Amino acid sequence: MASNQENDERAATSVKVAECIVAAVIIALGVLVMVDSLRLGNRWVSDGPQAGYFPFYIGVILCISGAVNALRALRDPYVRTFVTRGQGKLVLLVLVPLVGYVALIALLGIYVASTIYIALFMIWLGKYGWAKTAAVSLGVSLAFFLMFEVWFKVPLIKGPLETALGLN
Amino acid sequence: MDEIQSLIGGFGVALSWFNLMLMLVGIMLGVIIGVLPGLGGANGVAILLPLTFSMAQQPGGATSGIILLSCIYWGALFGGAITSILFNIPGEPWSVATTFDGYPMAQKGEAGRALTAAFSGSFVGALFAVLLITFLSPLVAKFALKFGPAEFFSVYLLTFCAFVGLSKEAPFKVVASMMLGFALAAVGLDTVTGQLRMTFGSTSLLKGFDFLIAVIGLFGIGEILQTMEEGLAFKGVRAKLKARIVLDTWKELPRYWMTSLRSCVVGCFMGIVPGGATPASFMSYGLAKKFSKDGDKFGTGVIEGVTAPETAAHAAGTSALLPMLTLGVPGSPTAAVLLGGLMIWGLQPGPLLFTEQKDFVWGLIASMYLGNIVGLIVVLTCVPLFASILRIPFSIIAPVILVICAIGAYTVHSSMFDVWMMLLFGVVGYVFKKLGYPLAPLVLALVLGDRAEDSFRQSMLMSQGDMGILFSNGLVGGLTTLALTLLFWPLISMVWDKVRGVRGKS
Repeated sequence: MASNQENDERAATSVKVAECIVAAVIIALGVLVMVDSLRLGNRWVSDGPQAGYFPFYIGVILCISGAVNALRALRDPYVRTFVTRGQGKLVLLVLVPLVGYVALIALLGIYVASTIYIALFMIWLGKYGWAKTAAVSLGVSLAFFLMFEVWFKVPLIKGPLETALGLN
Repeated sequence: MDEIQSLIGGFGVALSWFNLMLMLVGIMLGVIIGVLPGLGGANGVAILLPLTFSMAQQPGGATSGIILLSCIYWGALFGGAITSILFNIPGEPWSVATTFDGYPMAQKGEAGRALTAAFSGSFVGALFAVLLITFLSPLVAKFALKFGPAEFFSVYLLTFCAFVGLSKEAPFKVVASMMLGFALAAVGLDTVTGQLRMTFGSTSLLKGFDFLIAVIGLFGIGEILQTMEEGLAFKGVRAKLKARIVLDTWKELPRYWMTSLRSCVVGCFMGIVPGGATPASFMSYGLAKKFSKDGDKFGTGVIEGVTAPETAAHAAGTSALLPMLTLGVPGSPTAAVLLGGLMIWGLQPGPLLFTEQKDFVWGLIASMYLGNIVGLIVVLTCVPLFASILRIPFSIIAPVILVICAIGAYTVHSSMFDVWMMLLFGVVGYVFKKLGYPLAPLVLALVLGDRAEDSFRQSMLMSQGDMGILFSNGLVGGLTTLALTLLFWPLISMVWDKVRGVRGKS
């Protein structure tokens, strides 16, 4: 286990790399904004500033600030950890199923997807037994159903199960 | 004394059984939101906002809606202190400074004293800010009625420059985050020319980015991801508030009136100029440490070290509503969400609100007095209940909070695209937080971007493209100068330090 723990504490990404990636994305977005503003026109015409006038400068400042942030990160003499492997693993353990959950919402509706998501989370990460898991996940979804569909009358996205039960 | 009369009228509006019940519900929900990781004032209010849509359509419903939402905000402000003191986990960013002395006090077995001091401090700070709102906001609103586009643009400029000057974060990170907000705000239909901007042919982007989605993702998902890193267990101190401890602490607190007053002033200043509650709490902690007789003991569990940041945070959080109501410029992300609520309900925030929606404004202000009294009573009596929420294992709390965030994002426009966007904003929020990019400027720029641009265009039209209009009279000139000073403040203070350093050496 010792070697495993050591492995978990090794850096997955350094702050320097993360800073540079974020700065690069910011610069790329800045360029995108500038290009689109040029398409719309960033000048003055007879009836005032064109649609791209204001955003164009936003794009310019985005690029400048991205460049400054990248330079500052590169000149930082210390090597610091952005995430360790262990932390990264835990974050991905939440993030990846979360993406799956959002995809499931579109397929099965929000209530069924939420029940499945909470249940899987509890079993995988919380190591709970089936009875407790079922009670919590079904209970929470039912509570949300009552709250949104019945009390506040805010319809949420539903799927085949609700259709089969005639709740649509 | 028009204000007193209006306020009495406001109490008439706010003091109905229904509204009092909403206050209680709001405060309870708010404290729970403040205690839970991943849910905070801003995204808590954002998630619950759609639930008030149907409420706001009834006569007087907008007032009830804002009472509910603002009380959630007060509750969240109170709730942050509970986790800081008992668990050493700041439930909200503005309660980080509370952990410095609050948690050591709890470890010494003085959790009750620390909690009482924090809650009382919060109450005093909020009361000070509400008094300020009561007497100052009608004046500001009257004054702002004469504002033209240039004046409004200089106020926006001041708002955004204040972020750069007052944040702890690297100035260019503040700028990057803010410009990202402006860029996202520009996406969609340009209301002046009717052209589509940065939609790149996508129909989902036509509406642009809704800041409610951004708030839910950035603050909610981002924070859960960050909490995950630290593992799944919370360890805390048990606490019960006995009436005697509360009374004993109250007897002791008036001794620190100077600290409280200073914290109130710092808080209100930082709330109105949108520095926000978080820097206000740190600043006030630092000042209290500097001026206190027991300055060296700070950090080991001094009661002053708990009251100072809590008082300032609550004063800042409350006074952030002053520019929101009078100028339509929110001083904090939560104030921005409340502003969004007003606009959705069909109310136009700004100076006209005080003349056209008197009942609404004064009902809200009266509810701030009542809400904070209700809040103080609720938190003092229910601490064990709220603390027990954090004993629910994280592997149950986390998925439920993520589900709540997804539902909240969906209800804004009933659109799946928004849920995906929330996910994206969540990742951005996680990375930004870890790298020290502030999130508040992004949210405020996203909210105010369109209106800042409109006022800029209008003033440029008036002056035919001459920037000189921003200095054309004393008021605009003063605001613009102040804004630019704040913008270049990091640079000015750097040069100042260098000059002083050189002098010190010679």
